[in-house]
Amino acid sequence: MLNMKKFLPLFLFLITASLWSQVVKMASIERGTFVPLYGATSKKPVQVEAFSLDIYPVTNAQFLEFLKKYPENSRSRMKGIFADKSYLSHWESDFNYGSANLSTAPVTNISWFTAKKYCECQGKRLPTMDEWEYVAMADEKRIDARTKENFNNYILSWYEKPKTYANPVGRTFKNYWGVYDMHGLVWEWTADFNSVFLSGESRKDKDTDRNLFCGSGSVNATDLMNYAAFMRYAFRGSLKARFTTKNLGFRCAKDKK
Amino acid sequence: MEITFNFNKQSRVLAIAFFVALGLYSCSKNEEKDSKYYESITIDGQKTAELTAPPFVPKPVGDRSATKLVVNMEIKEQEGEMVDGVKYTYWTFGGSVPGSFIRTRVGDEVEFHLKNHPDNKMPHNIDLHAVTGPGGGATSSLVAPGHEKVFNFKTLNPGLYVYHCATAPVGMHIANGMYGLILVEPEGGLPPVDKEYYIMQGDFYTKGNYGEQGSQPFDMNKAIKEQPDYVVFNGKVGALTGDKALTAKKGETVRIYMGNGGPNLVSSFHAIGEIFDKVHVEGGDLINKNVQTTLIPAGGAAIVEFKVEVPGTFILVDHSIFRAFNKGALGMLKVEGDDTKNVYSGTTQEGIYLPEGGTIQNMPKVKGVTKSVAVKTVAEHVKAGKQLYGRTCLACHQSEGQGIPNAFPPLAKSDFLNANSDRAINAVLHGLSGEVTVNGKKFNNVMTSQNLTDDEVASVLTYVYDSWGNNKTVVTPAMVKKLRGKVAPKVKDIHE
Repeated sequence: MLNMKKFLPLFLFLITASLWSQVVKMASIERGTFVPLYGATSKKPVQVEAFSLDIYPVTNAQFLEFLKKYPENSRSRMKGIFADKSYLSHWESDFNYGSANLSTAPVTNISWFTAKKYCECQGKRLPTMDEWEYVAMADEKRIDARTKENFNNYILSWYEKPKTYANPVGRTFKNYWGVYDMHGLVWEWTADFNSVFLSGESRKDKDTDRNLFCGSGSVNATDLMNYAAFMRYAFRGSLKARFTTKNLGFRCAKDKK
Repeated sequence: MEITFNFNKQSRVLAIAFFVALGLYSCSKNEEKDSKYYESITIDGQKTAELTAPPFVPKPVGDRSATKLVVNMEIKEQEGEMVDGVKYTYWTFGGSVPGSFIRTRVGDEVEFHLKNHPDNKMPHNIDLHAVTGPGGGATSSLVAPGHEKVFNFKTLNPGLYVYHCATAPVGMHIANGMYGLILVEPEGGLPPVDKEYYIMQGDFYTKGNYGEQGSQPFDMNKAIKEQPDYVVFNGKVGALTGDKALTAKKGETVRIYMGNGGPNLVSSFHAIGEIFDKVHVEGGDLINKNVQTTLIPAGGAAIVEFKVEVPGTFILVDHSIFRAFNKGALGMLKVEGDDTKNVYSGTTQEGIYLPEGGTIQNMPKVKGVTKSVAVKTVAEHVKAGKQLYGRTCLACHQSEGQGIPNAFPPLAKSDFLNANSDRAINAVLHGLSGEVTVNGKKFNNVMTSQNLTDDEVASVLTYVYDSWGNNKTVVTPAMVKKLRGKVAPKVKDIHE
């Protein structure tokens, strides 16, 4: 009994410590409105409620922890309908991301299904596309920097930098909300990534055939010059929920109580 | 009886001959084959298409029967070099700009596999102008990185066609190099020739101006304004010059599959010192003969053929000529063989031209004996030389003396200049031709002799020596005068 009493505080400490390690810092995002490039049924501003967003994308190390707890998501046990063959293909094995990948690099080659699963297991969810875009339009000082040339150039320059997925998280700029890596590291999944209907033929998307396409309000970009954002929508448009690619990671969001 | 029989036989032969003739006639009428006819061609077996990087093309396929042709095209986003020291991230079909050459024949059923490399960041698709169907295949081929899309089409129209990426923003994907050519050969193929090559022109828009060093990103504003920094053949400056020049032997017939990816400019394709014997206008059936310059629209192509009768280096250009000499749209075809004097003699005589009559009094002194020119200080020479440079030398040697790689040697920090000022004076006075090595790079071009006075030559050279890290040699009119009277030394002697 004495022994138990002696060890209890230590035991409790260990539990809290391990819990603490699982708690990922989130940034608090205030409510606001903005006009997204796509996705609004009219050109009216979209309202974004206050929510929390992970400061960094999910890393290899964090995802490994998740797999150890929920091994049914490991590479060899993954079902084909939930992730295609390249799921975690750059990892060495089921439970080892290997020496070629940094523990602090964003986990990529993840399907939408597994990203969603991961967030749910943390008591979180994937951010919606509007939430993600709302946070992503901020630079270091402004909530909306989309019209700033430098900001757009920064985003665009990433398209020409090879192999950024191998970089550690947190090395790009910290934005207005205290969030890192919205640009310059990897693409990120959003909950409703395919809600904007862009056909594969992007030139056709300029015709407003409102009867044919559900997201046809989308086809008139509010700012065609905003091609930095355009690329994100085009990229999302090419995805299916089971797809995994080397430049695509994710982070989680949470409602504010 | 016998006679009658013979008559019958004769008439039968006649009748047969008549029907055969009729058949031939209807056949010849059938040569105006339409896509409906080509649609009815049945295929035989399956083949994998041979794909080649420019400037090469796959082996002819027109004489085989129509088949199911599998095309495996991989998209790669990769860094390359636009010109020495200038890096650019190209988006490519098959790892080259222009993309791999696809060779089919009319009636083929193409099974197109479009693969987007996992390391790529962008989704892509393909619009082949040879496709009859929505988006030219683009609607069916949007492919995410690390994935593959497959679609099928039947080639219904023979000709040479452009393919390109059509993903948003379309102009940017094309401007980054996502275009290539697909040839649909007619039944039986094109007539055989000795050499076949593949060239595509493209315009590029970079943040920095032409030649600005380092990694240069794409510039959307310049692209919208249609003000390219580079207009090049096969994706980079010098892709077809020097060691990479196209080659042929005297007497051979050369066929060039020439396309224009754009995104903006139209090409006035011309081979200096050659006349295109045949041009398949716009890549279609119409053949024009004896053409000097053929227009190739953005998103269009042409097949040009010519027999090379004379040896030498033939320069291929976009005859919107500043693009050729200032932006890179310049290639070379080197033809080997013995001289053909009856077609081209070379210089047969060189002499002094002195116009006769009363007007001579008013002509400027060509012999360099200057009218009373005040003796200039070095500073005055530099000032005058700068202006002379601007109107005489700048077009080729460029504003900062940087020259144009593979075409015109640099004057900045030039070992060639600094080693020997007499050699420089001779070049300005008498011109310079043949191979020279400047700062470790070989140049083989012609500089014409400049019509300048001794004083002007002294000024311009003093300016050049005073600029861009050269050794500040002062060239005096006396030094020029001394060399003017002498016969120009041969290149070999100049070059030591």
